[in-house]
Amino acid sequence: MQIICPWCGERSYEEFRYGGDATVVRPTASEAADDDAWHEYIFVRDNPYGPHEEWWYHAYGCHQWFRVRRDTVTYEILSTVPANHRSGDRQA
Amino acid sequence: MVQNTYSLFNLAYNAIHRHRHWSTAWRKPEPASAYDVVIIGGGGHGLATAYYLAKNHGITNVAVLEKGWLGGGNTGRNTTIVRSNYYLAANARFYELSMQLWETLSQDLNFNVMYSPRGVLNLAHTPGQLGAFASRGNAMRLNGVDAELLDREQVAQRVPQLDISDQARFPIWGGLLQPRGGIARHDAVAWGYARAADALGVDIIENCEVTSMQRENGRVTAVETTRGRIQANRVGVVVAGHAGTVAGMADLRLPLESHILQAMVTEPVKPVLNTVVTSGAAHCYVNQSDKGELVMGGDLDGYNAYARRGSPAVVQDVVSSALSLFPDFSRLRLMRTWGGTVDMSMDGSPIISKTPVDNLYLNVGWCYGGFKATPGSGWVFAHTIANDEPHPLNAAFRLDRFREGRALDENGAGPVPAAH
Repeated sequence: MQIICPWCGERSYEEFRYGGDATVVRPTASEAADDDAWHEYIFVRDNPYGPHEEWWYHAYGCHQWFRVRRDTVTYEILSTVPANHRSGDRQA
Repeated sequence: MVQNTYSLFNLAYNAIHRHRHWSTAWRKPEPASAYDVVIIGGGGHGLATAYYLAKNHGITNVAVLEKGWLGGGNTGRNTTIVRSNYYLAANARFYELSMQLWETLSQDLNFNVMYSPRGVLNLAHTPGQLGAFASRGNAMRLNGVDAELLDREQVAQRVPQLDISDQARFPIWGGLLQPRGGIARHDAVAWGYARAADALGVDIIENCEVTSMQRENGRVTAVETTRGRIQANRVGVVVAGHAGTVAGMADLRLPLESHILQAMVTEPVKPVLNTVVTSGAAHCYVNQSDKGELVMGGDLDGYNAYARRGSPAVVQDVVSSALSLFPDFSRLRLMRTWGGTVDMSMDGSPIISKTPVDNLYLNVGWCYGGFKATPGSGWVFAHTIANDEPHPLNAAFRLDRFREGRALDENGAGPVPAAH
């Protein structure tokens, strides 16, 4: 599998570390005491069959975290953006 | 059609008659319109569930729906190791039920599952690890599981092929042995359970994929399949790799992720290794199959995946780890590598449970280690479905344990699915 780093381009996946599902959001202060919110955040995942938003880290490269939209069935990289971009700013 | 019993007499009879009179091992029935229990998934666990529903609970109006062929998923892709060397009491007791069932399974099913109690040895590579193994071995013994702590000389005596020199990349300080652990033939387990369940009246329906579930008033009532609609009083989901997809048909979101796990075998050679050897530090495990192949596996590829293929880098990692332990194997050639999709739960333990949907039951999330649990998993899941409440041995494997703060985290790795 090849991962596309937004800074370094297409590289072998061996250079990267996987950071998991990028759609989970830590509970806000107002939800902090809510067991359901913590349960969702810590344990429950959509685990989609198909496109998946995920974090990758270029461990043997530029040391940057970034978001990748990758198909979990075909392994195709659909988009890749630096970590500080909002999901609306996705670029190819 | 009445099944033949597999016996010396029948073997001799059929040998004389040129093997023309063997009956087929199981029927190929058309799906009926309704069943008392529908099991989704015709792997070892689903077939064992159907068998024990019929045998232990007298529920024989059961269908097992398999989207491909029997044992074609993870049942046929694992590395066939059976063991119950767990630290946590809930795990040790649950897996020990399977160990006890393995010991008489061939006789019970009248099918040779080739259970071979050749011992499972975990290698310790530091004094600290050996101390942790002593602790785990004591915990196992307190739960009635066999365990022996070996020092370096005892390990060398039992597995002389290991590099125990001081120059070894992973120096060996000793190991924890479960003598009753070993291997069994994975295909035979699926076939044996299928044949025995079929003989008790269970319908096994292959090439039948479930596409949706129907619910009324919060209870599941039917499944739509590629071979038509099937009504069901109760539905058990026993799928590997696609647990989230199938549970999603009933709007359940699960605490797990699907990942890829690879395994591989070398060309077959004469008997050279009579113990299952595992090393957590080297990230690999090795055993020799009855055909003579050295069977190896290691870590996950490490990213969410539904495709049953992984990276050659992981194959190389496993092989190089195995060779650091067994330098003599360096001239063997790999014959096959393959991948399977495993449902990694958030604490490394399976989910065998009722669900928020009435009459819908889950037996999923087996992570690395579903094969060894096949008999016990079917036993307790059949109990859970038949009585609408868990067996004492799977009471700890509830779906809501994560929310309740009762995770069964054997490795203490935290809620990271790829870490177990």
